[in-house]
Amino acid sequence: MTVTSVVRDAEAKTMTITARFDAPIGRVWQIWSDPRQLERWWGPPGYPATVTEHDLAPGGTVNYSMTGPDGDRHGGWWRVRAVDPPQTLEFEDGFAAADGTPSPHTPTAVIRVALSEPAGGGTHMTITTTWASDEAMKQMLAAGTDTGMTAAVGQIDELLGLPARA
Amino acid sequence: MVVGTVESGRADALFRALADPTRRDILSVVLRDAHSVSDLARRYPISFAAVHKHVGALERAGLVTKTRRGREQRVRGDLATLRSAHRLLDDLEALWRGRVDRIEQVLAHPTEGAPE
Repeated sequence: MTVTSVVRDAEAKTMTITARFDAPIGRVWQIWSDPRQLERWWGPPGYPATVTEHDLAPGGTVNYSMTGPDGDRHGGWWRVRAVDPPQTLEFEDGFAAADGTPSPHTPTAVIRVALSEPAGGGTHMTITTTWASDEAMKQMLAAGTDTGMTAAVGQIDELLGLPARA
Repeated sequence: MVVGTVESGRADALFRALADPTRRDILSVVLRDAHSVSDLARRYPISFAAVHKHVGALERAGLVTKTRRGREQRVRGDLATLRSAHRLLDDLEALWRGRVDRIEQVLAHPTEGAPE
């Protein structure tokens, strides 16, 4: 498995995914720094991404759009917070309308990418997603952890006579 | 945001609807039992119009449905939609697992055109 671990932490509101690639660190950095390579993996299957702006400098912007199988368009943006090639990249990630305008009501997340060279060769990539402490997101994260559902959803299940969820 | 890219429009409405404490309270009430908007309005120190507006936001997010009974409309919560909010986290993990797989392919074939 290339993905070596996935850790969800509701307290810290993070999800951390670690992967190992059989390629040198400079090569793995390119999948972030080269917009043409980024386009090939960022969008889910059937939703190819087109990167229209790509400025990997502090304060810089990355804009992209994805076109779905029904011609539906989905926009997204990054605001770069920190960059230190070929080791770290940190950016705020958000939804945008089809025309690229950031959507004001959707939660944003900060994504931190850390590349390192483990003993034995290859590259480790750690992706840490941290959500803004907006209330809806807190609910969602607490609900998504293994420790259980939010109190609200737990109560709803109880009220409806549904079995408790693990 | 990467969560639920495929359903970003839906996610937008869902988060917007759940972000407000009054709407969450209304949702918890109508998940238990269907209520008319007038019933709901009596429970809150806000106007009928304001409650009606909250119900509208919940309805657009798919969190409640309205059914007509006689002269009044009954509002009922949709547990499946609420749960879909929780599934977004699973979706996020799946999205990144997919991305890692695609990154492997890009690393193996750095100069190929975009897939599909």
